[in-house]
Amino acid sequence: MTGPIPRSSDPKDKVLYVENVCKAYGGKVVLDDVDLSVRSGEFCGVVGPSGCGKSTLLRLILGAEEPTSGRILLDNEPVGPPDPKRGIVYQKYSLFPHLTVLDNVLLGKRLTLDFAFRRQAAALTEEAMALLKQMRLEGDAAKYPHQLSGGMQQRVAIAQAMVMRPSILLMDEPFGALDPGTREDMQVHLLEAWEKSKMTVFFVTHDLPEAVYLATRVLVLTQFYRDERGDGYPGRGAKVVGDYDVAHLSGSTDLKRRAEYADLVQTIRQDGFEPEARRHVNDFNLKHPDSWRSLRPEESGG
Amino acid sequence: MANGVERRRAEPGFWGVHARPGSRARWLLGALPFVLVMGVYLGASFVRRLDNPQDKLLPSPAQMLQAGRRMAFEPDRRTGDKLLWLDTRSSLKRLAIGVSAAAAAGLLLGLNLGLLPGINVLLQPIVTMGSIIPPLALLPILFIVFGVDELSKVVLIFVGTFPVITRGIMLEARRTPREQIVKALTLGASQLEVIYRIVMPQLLPRLLEAVRLSLGGAWLFLIASEAIASESGLGYRIFLVRRYMAMDVIIPYAMWITALGFGMDWGLKKLIARLYPWYSSEDS
Repeated sequence: MTGPIPRSSDPKDKVLYVENVCKAYGGKVVLDDVDLSVRSGEFCGVVGPSGCGKSTLLRLILGAEEPTSGRILLDNEPVGPPDPKRGIVYQKYSLFPHLTVLDNVLLGKRLTLDFAFRRQAAALTEEAMALLKQMRLEGDAAKYPHQLSGGMQQRVAIAQAMVMRPSILLMDEPFGALDPGTREDMQVHLLEAWEKSKMTVFFVTHDLPEAVYLATRVLVLTQFYRDERGDGYPGRGAKVVGDYDVAHLSGSTDLKRRAEYADLVQTIRQDGFEPEARRHVNDFNLKHPDSWRSLRPEESGG
Repeated sequence: MANGVERRRAEPGFWGVHARPGSRARWLLGALPFVLVMGVYLGASFVRRLDNPQDKLLPSPAQMLQAGRRMAFEPDRRTGDKLLWLDTRSSLKRLAIGVSAAAAAGLLLGLNLGLLPGINVLLQPIVTMGSIIPPLALLPILFIVFGVDELSKVVLIFVGTFPVITRGIMLEARRTPREQIVKALTLGASQLEVIYRIVMPQLLPRLLEAVRLSLGGAWLFLIASEAIASESGLGYRIFLVRRYMAMDVIIPYAMWITALGFGMDWGLKKLIARLYPWYSSEDS
């Protein structure tokens, strides 16, 4: 990205537009008036302490659950139950154990094209194989998921979701169950795939350095903040307290050794992960051009 | 004390929780109870026949072999049928139709009970209640309603195995991870496709496992219904010759039924491994 991005809160420019979204389970408020918007091609990392509602937010966007109030627009349309406009990669259960790697990747095409699939089978198989090759899996197309390592399974899952070219690819702790070495490999694979496809990615992780490394934009969601409703307020839930443009840092190979990276990780950790160092709603770090929010007077005190 | 180390290393071959029987010992130990049972039988049979050469209760192997050969290879004087094969064909046909129908119905019902909350609320109480009714208690009703021909026997096998299969499939279908269903929806599956193209293929090996488990019950119902009213069948024959105390026929028949049951179980196991290579190592 070159030059400053024009500041805009018009939902029409955005792939994803989340407005005043609250989610409560029984009396427990998890998400408390969350606002955000994501433009096309962005790699959006969402971080926050465990239990802050990151995965809940993802499931709301996915349509697997419905918000208690507020609205979510995808390509300017309110989201409904899960459909091919949204891709999903979970930590596990993304693959179908009874299908080979190739059939897992082709499944989406089979299901959406139905009988037309046969006529295009050769071309679609070629496309799927190209994706597998990009993921360094061309030799494993005939294997079943249980024959693959955890990292390989997740690469298949990414290919399986990408083949549908969703408007937004949602990823819920996709590398959470992998060992550190595999995890770093996977980050490289994912960035490569993202750069080639220019997909919009919404990536939820509790691993802050991972988010800063991968993403062009880091959103911090946390329940650790102060507002004018007072500390004991029972209906308080997580908000977006930080929104950082990190496009200039994303994916550079020497990044993890740079001081700037370490500083940023430290700042975000202070903002979102420290129960003691809580920011006031009026001082949230929301400098990203796509960032926006609406505050209720009782929260801001004015 | 000098050989204390030695002694600790030696693993017990049989006694205790650390026992590690060798591969030859495995065969020998496993065969031992069979040999013992046979030995006791042969001994008792021999002693009885010393007393009374006409004894029918514990026939000798030679007598059983002769009776078995007669049943299998000599046409019956009255009908001209080779009885063992006639009986086997009749019984297997009833078993196959009853169990296949129960498997097909159990798969469909179990799948829908497991995945569709509405259907579950509607039908689970009656399925649960129905599965508690002892099928043999229904046998008189079946004979009255369906007559004493083939249908009532097949229906008894169906009624006896269907609830078990349904329940097994329902529990498995319910264990489908929520994530997998959402994932399938994002890949463009409709709700019907989720049930019949995503979940059902994954449950087919489970269905065959459920059939394996229900075969024991199916044989029980088959033999019980044949014993009461029939014109041929393995169960019919052994209850018929019981009137003449023909142990020389009953024992070979019982062994043949056991062999058939064993063969079906083994065949299904092999079939599962062959058709669903992804299945056995699914949990790794």
